[in-house]
Amino acid sequence: MVSVEAITVNYGERRALDAVSLVAGAGEWHGILGPNGGGKSTLFRVLATLLRPDSGKFTIAGETEPARIRQKLGVVFQSQSLDRKLTIAQNIEAQGNLYGLSGSLLADRTKKLLWQFHLNDREHEPVHQLSGGLARRVEIAKALLHEPAVLLLDEPTTGLDPTARREWLDLLTDLRREREVTVLMTTHLLDEAERCERLTLLHEGRVVTGGSPAELKAQVGGDVVEFGTNDPERVAAQYPQLNPRMGSSWVRFETPSGARFAAQAADALPGAIETITIQKPTLEDVFFRNTGARL
Amino acid sequence: MNFGLAVWALTRREFQRFWGERARVAGFVASPLLFWVVVGSGFGDLEFFFPGALTMTVMFSAMFSMMSLIEDRREGFLLSVLVSPAPRSAIVLGKVCGAAALAWLQGLIVLAGVFFTSLRHDPVALAGTAGALLLTALLLTVVSYVVAWRLSSTQAFHAVINLLLVPAWMLSGAIFSPVLSFAWVRWLMQANPLYYAQSLVRSFLVADAPDGGLAAGVLVGCTALAAVVAIRGTK
Repeated sequence: MVSVEAITVNYGERRALDAVSLVAGAGEWHGILGPNGGGKSTLFRVLATLLRPDSGKFTIAGETEPARIRQKLGVVFQSQSLDRKLTIAQNIEAQGNLYGLSGSLLADRTKKLLWQFHLNDREHEPVHQLSGGLARRVEIAKALLHEPAVLLLDEPTTGLDPTARREWLDLLTDLRREREVTVLMTTHLLDEAERCERLTLLHEGRVVTGGSPAELKAQVGGDVVEFGTNDPERVAAQYPQLNPRMGSSWVRFETPSGARFAAQAADALPGAIETITIQKPTLEDVFFRNTGARL
Repeated sequence: MNFGLAVWALTRREFQRFWGERARVAGFVASPLLFWVVVGSGFGDLEFFFPGALTMTVMFSAMFSMMSLIEDRREGFLLSVLVSPAPRSAIVLGKVCGAAALAWLQGLIVLAGVFFTSLRHDPVALAGTAGALLLTALLLTVVSYVVAWRLSSTQAFHAVINLLLVPAWMLSGAIFSPVLSFAWVRWLMQANPLYYAQSLVRSFLVADAPDGGLAAGVLVGCTALAAVVAIRGTK
């Protein structure tokens, strides 16, 4: 449904995307996970047809021409894209017209979407009066109006409080149950990434690895043990065979059995270890293992 | 079909935004009325200055309306228009038609003050002047669009557009006649599209003014040229 082949984008001397490739199948919820500045937003701009890549190509719903792609793509931006001075209904109507919808077809779809997103009793309120969570709901309703085959979302929960964030993600989950739509979403948040069916990890403009969240976490395996310490080099030097990673006050190990290893290390390094954290690997560990950087 | 619908969506939106702001509506109507009071008082050489007041009203109104393009970009609305399948020419035309129509309407309110003067105010003169003001409004909004597209702040827009348009208006024949000027000033005036806007308005309102055919042609040509620049720049 979405196929990206070796897209490269340069901003002057700086390479923002370096031969990025990925595939998202029909109906898939695909996440692009990476830290800020990793190239996610550039990739989003390319796929949204706002930025022409220096090389490489991509197809969305079988289309390669920007004008045709736009007809099949629903876009939700990281920042608000509604006209704040207009009402919800006026915003939706303008959007429909821009996508060639009018008359009873537009009216029917608007009614259905406003009802689905619990906006029907507020359609005549100006957007600037809405809460952040509500405005986000209008954004996605607006993006679905022309029934796109692919929904492209750029860090869609930015600026939302935790409750609104969870509601928004639930909404997206429900939506995917109801209609066949491929979702491509950039994020730097782990709980959002966990909800995706497949992920592409992006770091410094390159694809690091990809797969389902479970597959990716299986790459790490076992437990992750992190020691808080005043002497990270000494702790790391004790177990070089485990490929430790360290920061200014911590050392991190991947090991089959976290509890046993932690107890052993605490005995072997008296006074060096201040705190111990044992956990199952997260997507952050996957990212960390592949890049040496944190999300 | 889709082209017309997209143009209409963007034009309608300019009016919706306009109506939504009471202060803007009040200013829009009140400033021409204030001008009538001045006209009605019989102050100065009104017959000479009235056509200039018309083009000035249209000019400022067009400039201010097009400032919204910069807000559209800042507030994100423009992005959602750019990822839509609406043709680029429809985006330019929709934005321009909305802003030009508002500027034109304000010009028409000022024009109603013509009944306080001894200028021509027969139906032909009124219709012709209205047409001239519409052409002027279109030219000025397209030029404002081209400038606004390239700038990221309303302050910069203000600075650049004032630098371009205020001298152009002063050299349009609105405040002094080209006949009374030095040769080089006359030459500058004749290279200035607003001079033709002014001439066209005068050709309908002033009894013995020269024919406005050439002026209309120049205005249409300049507007078309600016529109091409605007559409090509819209990416």
